[in-house]
Formats: sequence, C-alpha cells, structure tokens
Amino acid sequence: MRITVTVDGTRYTDEVEPRTLLVHYLRNQLGKVGTVVGCDTSNCGACTVHLNGQSVKSCSVLAVQADGGEVTTIEGLARDGELHPVQQAFQDNHALQCGFCTPGMIMQSLDLLSENPEPDEQAVREGLEGNLCRCTGYQNIVRAVRDAAERMRPGAGPEAERVGEATGTAATMGGGAE
Amino acid sequence: MTTADVPTQRGTPVGYGSMPRKEDERFLRGHGRYVDDITLPGMLHGAVLRSPHAHARIVSLDTSAAQAHPKVRAVITGRTLDGLDLAWMPTLSHDVQAVLATDKVRFQGQEVAFVVAEDRYAARDALELIDVEYEPLPPVVDATRALDADAPVIRDDVEGRTDNRIFDWETGDAAATDAVFANADVVVSQDMLYPRVHPAPMETCGAVADMDPVTGKLTVWTTTQAPHAHRTLYALVAGLPEHKIRVISPDIGGGFGNKVGIYPGYVCAVVGSIVTGKPVKWVEDRSENLMSTSFARDYHMHGEIAATRDGRILGLRVKVLADHGAFNGTAQPSKFPAGFFGVFTGSYDLRAAHCQVTGVYTNKAPGGVAYACSFRITEAVYLVERLVDVLAREVNADPAELRMRNLLRPEQFPYRSATGWEYDSGDYPRTLRTALEAAHYDDLREEQWQRRQRGELMGIGVSFFTEAVGAGPRKHMDILGLGMADGAELRIHPTGKAVLRLSVQTQGQGHETTFAQIVAEELGIPPDDIDVVHGDTDQTPYGLGTYGSRSTPVSGAAAAVVARKVRERARLVASAMLEVDPGDLEWEKGRFFVTGDPTSGATIADIAMAAHSDLDLPEGVEGHLDAETVYNPPNLTYPFGAYVCVVDVDPDTAQVRVRDFVAVDDCGVRINPMIVEGQIHGGLADGIGMALMQVMAFDEDGNHLGGSFMDYLLPTTMECPSWRLGETVTPSPHHPIGAKGVGESATVGSPAAVVNAVVDALAPYGVRHLDMPMTPAVVWRAMQGRPLRTDLAIT
Repeated sequence: MRITVTVDGTRYTDEVEPRTLLVHYLRNQLGKVGTVVGCDTSNCGACTVHLNGQSVKSCSVLAVQADGGEVTTIEGLARDGELHPVQQAFQDNHALQCGFCTPGMIMQSLDLLSENPEPDEQAVREGLEGNLCRCTGYQNIVRAVRDAAERMRPGAGPEAERVGEATGTAATMGGGAE
Repeated sequence: MTTADVPTQRGTPVGYGSMPRKEDERFLRGHGRYVDDITLPGMLHGAVLRSPHAHARIVSLDTSAAQAHPKVRAVITGRTLDGLDLAWMPTLSHDVQAVLATDKVRFQGQEVAFVVAEDRYAARDALELIDVEYEPLPPVVDATRALDADAPVIRDDVEGRTDNRIFDWETGDAAATDAVFANADVVVSQDMLYPRVHPAPMETCGAVADMDPVTGKLTVWTTTQAPHAHRTLYALVAGLPEHKIRVISPDIGGGFGNKVGIYPGYVCAVVGSIVTGKPVKWVEDRSENLMSTSFARDYHMHGEIAATRDGRILGLRVKVLADHGAFNGTAQPSKFPAGFFGVFTGSYDLRAAHCQVTGVYTNKAPGGVAYACSFRITEAVYLVERLVDVLAREVNADPAELRMRNLLRPEQFPYRSATGWEYDSGDYPRTLRTALEAAHYDDLREEQWQRRQRGELMGIGVSFFTEAVGAGPRKHMDILGLGMADGAELRIHPTGKAVLRLSVQTQGQGHETTFAQIVAEELGIPPDDIDVVHGDTDQTPYGLGTYGSRSTPVSGAAAAVVARKVRERARLVASAMLEVDPGDLEWEKGRFFVTGDPTSGATIADIAMAAHSDLDLPEGVEGHLDAETVYNPPNLTYPFGAYVCVVDVDPDTAQVRVRDFVAVDDCGVRINPMIVEGQIHGGLADGIGMALMQVMAFDEDGNHLGGSFMDYLLPTTMECPSWRLGETVTPSPHHPIGAKGVGESATVGSPAAVVNAVVDALAPYGVRHLDMPMTPAVVWRAMQGRPLRTDLAIT
C-alpha cells in the first residue's frame, strides 16, 4: 500500500505492506533508528512516538494507520540544533544511562506535560507508567520531567526555556563537584 | 525527597565530580547507535526456530518449504552446523552447548534452525514453513528432583553420563564448622529459594555478522559486554584466525550480565554470513531473550546459623542446590563453579563456615551468573542476611542491633574471612549507623508497634552487605584460561588532547565520562578533551570486559596507572624543555614546574607538542607522549552498604507497598557521585523487582511461564519509591585512586532488605520466611499458612 506520512517535518510517500508496524517503517524504511524496540507485547514503551500530537507505542500501530498523519520522533525534537528543554532536563538530572528507553521516555514525558504542565511527583509517575527503564530506577527521570515542566512553565519567559545552562546537577545531587 | 536529608559523610570525588555525561547528547537526540541500528549493503536477516518442548527427541526436520520461500537465502540446521563442526560450542564453564539442536531439544525455546531471508518479516514467515517432528521425553523441571534415581538423563550427548549432576564444590572448613555448631547455644536453619529471574535489558541480544569473502575478515557488531573475549572465543569456536576477526560492541542498551556469553544466535549469524556471502543481522525479540538467554539465580539454599544465646554469631553452614539448566553456560572465573558464593559469611566476624554447592542440569535455558550478581554474591548476601534475621527472631533481638553487635570492626581490616577472602577495607558500624539514623529506625519500630495494635501490617527490613568486585588477580581468576587483567592505552595528541583506549565496554554505566575523569585528574586535561574509545577489538587493548562491577577496580586502575606513566614520560620531556634535572621538577595538576621557580614550567599540552618536535630528548626517551599498561589487580575490592526498607502490607489484598528505602553505600572514592547514585537507583529498582514481582517459573511439562513482559513483571515508576541515598567513604587501600566497584551493590544488597521487611510485616501471622517474589498471591498464601513453591506453577 502507498502511504504518505509527515515525519519530523518531512513528507514521505512509500510503499508498505499492510502488516508493517509503524516502528519498523520508521526504522527500516526511513532510517529513523532513534526510536527503538524493547519488547513484543506493547509493555515497554521504548518505541513511543507522537502520532498526530498524541503519544503512541509505535510497535502497536501499523504504518498504514499513520497514512496522512504526522509523526514526531525523538529525532525531531531539537530546534536549530539546540536540545529541547525536556532533553536538556534529562541530561542535567542524569535521567538516562544506557539510553535505550530514553527516546520513548522523552516522547511520553512531552505528552504528559502537554496534558499536565505542572505535574506533581505522583502525576509524573502515573504518566510514565507505560515506559519501562532498567537502568535509572526512575527517580532521576521523575526529577527531570518536573525540572522540564519548570523550564517550560507558561509565564516563566523565554529564559526558562533557554537550553545549555546547566541547572546545577551537582547541587541537586549533592555531588560536590569542584 | 532528595539525598540531602540523609546525614552522610561525603568524600571528595575525583576531579570533575558530578559532571554531566559526555555520552548523553547522542542518546538524547536518538543518535545512539545500537546493533539493530546498523545496516550494511546487501544485509540479510536471520530468525531462529525454537523448540516448543522442554525435552524431546528430534525425529525429523523438513526445511524444504522454507527453502522454497522466494525471499529465503539459506536455512541452517543442526545438520548443517555438524558438517562445519559447529553444532556445539564451548561454554564459559567448560561445558558445551548446542548451537542448533541435532539429537534432541533440552529446553523450551532452544534453537533448532536458523533462517536467513531478505527481510525480518520474511525470515519470520519462513520459520512457520519448517516442519519438525518431535518425540516428547519426560522433562526435569524441579531441580530438587534432578538427582533422583529415576530422573531422565538430560545430557545423554556425553558418553557414559548416567545422571544430571554437573559439579560438587565446597569451601570453608567442614570440621571446624561442625565443631562450632556442636557447641553453640542456638542453631537455626532455614530453607530458602532465590528464584530464577532474568536481567531483561531493554535492548535484547543481537548481532550483525559480516564475513568479507574477499579479505576473509569477519566483522561482528554485537551486544557484548566482553568484546575481546568474544573475539578469542570465535577464533576457538569457528577456527578462524584471531587477527581476521573484529568484534565491535557499539552502544549497548543495558547488559546487566545478560550480554557476557556467546549465544547460538550470534554463531548462526556468523555462519549465515559465511554461507550467503552477505552480512546477516540477527536480533532476538523479547520472548526469545527471556526464554533462551542467560537467566540469573535459581539457587535452592539450606542455611544454618550458629550463635550464642545473646546473639553472637559463631558460624554458618550452607548447602546449595544450583539449577543450571540444560547446558552449564555459567559465566564466571574458571576455578569458581559457584562464583564468589564463598563470601557468604558476609559482613560478620565469625569463627567458622562451610558451604557445599551441587550444580544440576534441568530442562531449562542455561545461565545462572547474570543480573548484577557479581558472580553469585546476590545469592550469598541474600542467604546470610535472611539467616541473620531468622536468628534475630529466634533470640528475640532487634535485627539492626544484632547486626551491629556482629559486624566486623574497622581495625580488623584487611580481614581474612573464614572462607579465605581478604576484605580490603571497611567501617561497617559507621555505615549502619548512618542508615539507621536516616531511616529514623527507632521511630519506625515505635510506629510499627502502634500500628500492630490496630491490626495494620508494617515491616522494617535491614540488610548489610559486603560485595567482592573487580575480578581479578590473574593468578586465581581467569575465564577459559584468559587471565582477568585489563589493558589501557593513552595517547596525548600534539595539541594536548587525548585518546584513552580501554578493554571494558560500557552498557550505560558512563565509562566515557568517568574514565575521562580519571585521566583528567591524573594529567590535568579537561575530560571533554579526552576521547574514550572502547568496544572495538581492532582499536583497543585486550581485556575481559565489563561485568562483576570490575570496570572501576581493574580498568579504572589501569587508566590511572597509564596516565601516571604518561606523566612520568612528560616529566622527562619537560626536563629537556626546561633544561633541568627531572628531579628538580614538581607536578601540579596539568603542569610541571621547576622547584623554587613556579614561573618556569610547561603544561601537558606544551610537553605533548615538544614531545612531537625536534627537541633533543634524554637518552632512552622515545618521542611522542603515550603509554600503555596491563593492570593485574592484587585483590578484589570490597564495597559495602547498609540498607533499610519500610513496607506496608494490605491485610485484605496482601499487596506490598514499599514506602521508604534508605541506602547508604560505601564504594571508597567516588569518581562521579552523580553516576554512582544513578547506578544505585537502578540496582534498588532491581531489588524491588526481584523481591516483589519477578520470577520465571515452569509448569510440570517444562513450559516457561515468564516468557514475556505480560508475565515477567518489571518494576515501573509506580512500584519504585523515591530512593534516599547516603554515603560513607572508606577507600580501597590497594587501588590506585582508592575506588571500589559499585554497579552491582544495590542489586546485591536490596532484595534482602525488601524481603526482611515483608517477613517482618507478616510476623503477626507467624511467618518466619517467605520466598521471592512476594506477589499478592504469594503473600496471601503465606498469611494462610500455605506457602508456595514460587519456581513451579501454582497448583
């Protein structure tokens, strides 16, 4: 079948089999390998992308279902080369280790923040329940999402969204950097 | 809640401390490069046909329909491999493992055939077209029955084998231990199972094998924690010359011990590439990962503890039945068939100990050592920390107080344990006190007493562990004859930037940052100016890879040593530059200067440029500024920690909720505290998962009951509390920078804390012990006085 999908701002028209999963279309046909696969039962969320503004597990969506739609992956987040505030918050709060769940986790975090711009800890945890991580024990991810919410807070002004300014990881972590 | 509210003694981290990670940027942008991201010209895709039976004879295998599939390029069977003498491969435990089954299948999920096709979907389609006729055989499912006289013999591939016994191994002094037990006031025993679990890294195992038919060079991109060991093993297995093999471990999406050994899928990908002349990719899916790759634990333990009436621990006596599955593929140093289980005496000063371990075959996947176990120390710590709690109950002592009374004292280090391990350093009472204060332990006990009056179930669990990491001294520790030393090479470019080449392989632990920090500390070069290269056997010095928390103890030491070698070379070059005797130079971070004249000096960058210039160098000093080293550790490092877990158990649903978790770890000098704390967070989540959720059980036919994330439950954001961490610092005296390993500490130490807490909560029901995982069903049954065998299907 022929489909037309906009992915990270670029329009693609491709032939796909009806059974082709969206995640495989993104990875194998478009080379968007930032989105990864962690399971075969829709539990892990490593493949999370946005489809028409909503987060979906792309292992559980057929590529043909995205026909005419708009997909955003982790590779489409940075603007003018600068990390998105959520990406930056993940780095500043050490919210990733092996990095494999990170793309899906960030896409899900964005979805969560668009629905609830000021989530408390419980809301963040509930919002990320569909995304497994084996490295971080989640705590720094929760911290990062709340930090990102603060940076993106409406009214906080463009300063809050500025990236590239470390927010004192050492201080929050009690790390004692020199 | 942050770490700030845990009163803590903080050490001085190395150099740049909690600097952000250099590797983050690519992962955050989706520019990490994992095995399945690799695409090569003409690349084909492999898929494995697996056994539906736990134990069955292969009567016939017909691949003709699969071969006829238009997109299939090759179908490889055990018979194909037999012709290449590759149907069986050596394991890391001097056993052999079937690559593709020839005679019979020995576990459900075992590899039977390998299809190579033009794409992943076609390869899977073709698996459906292979027709295998099996003759089912009775399986051995229950390890405790494996040595019964009538148990079917699983490994009849070995001539003359009549039973399922793999090994008997013992450690400690049996006679001395028996004597201690004979004279003890109190002896308590407890059976406990550390159930079979799986490391389940987010990224499964996979490989892209590319045998270049022109050059004869094999390149394998693969999920390996030990690329150099893999290269040597491929040379030994496939008979290829080692210099014609290049193993590349790209970004790895978590390892946790799952990616140490060589799996049949890797070998099949290599054979597929040889057969087709094209690159072949094989990436397993989650169910394959859970069912066929290295499991962890599966130790049936009988522990006895002897003590005086007032709770002075005197001795430990242990028997273990170890379920190794159908092939002994356990990854550990050759002389240690039960890994480092010998450290089961834990953190306590006792007179005598003895342990006997029997390994058995069952109709399950191979493995055993994985999942941050530090070579079976998870099992050892769990055993002793449960026994101490059982003893506390018996002598009516508070478990924290009983530990405090028996902990090794700081002045006893270096301490030689009853089983012969020489602990390097420790200040245990200080660390336990720190944890108890942070948890407000006395208040918790008071709260618990009050809540019990109201019929509420609250539990407090303490564990104190001693780890043994950094394998290890070449004299004692090798893997298949390869001594466990690790190389490092450091080259300073003319402009003062540097490249450090390592034999270890990060899977998320942050080596690209922390190893740069070590060199930065030694040479005063900023970490951002130091590129850390690892994972490519053509590019890096030999070594045994990353597992057993050995990177910092072994490779970290190598990085410091090689930097110091460079510094000494730099001193000689600087002496030529400044026209003074080398002995008249003093070092300050990044620079040599002339004693008494600080203005006359040269930075490392100046020296590097001079070393590449026409400067006359002293006799015997070669040009350029570089060095290499091989670090053979004199001993392991012994990090330790004190953990306190608080749980609430719902008396109506038997659901356990972890309310608080305090972890105070001491890993000596912390290179990057931020990264250390992230390691601990992850390991604590492992502890919650194992204690409360994770198990791979089997039914009576040997069907795997935990073969997907639908059944094999991993902790999410909702099961993990906000961890509260603390720190003490007791440097390792033998390590160049005083650092100990830490990556596995939390996984090792935390399950016992959670289990001790749940058992403590259930004390009103008379529960003295309960096997993991403490799911609501398991806890409920324990409350009814009808405990379950958690490794077998619920009946």
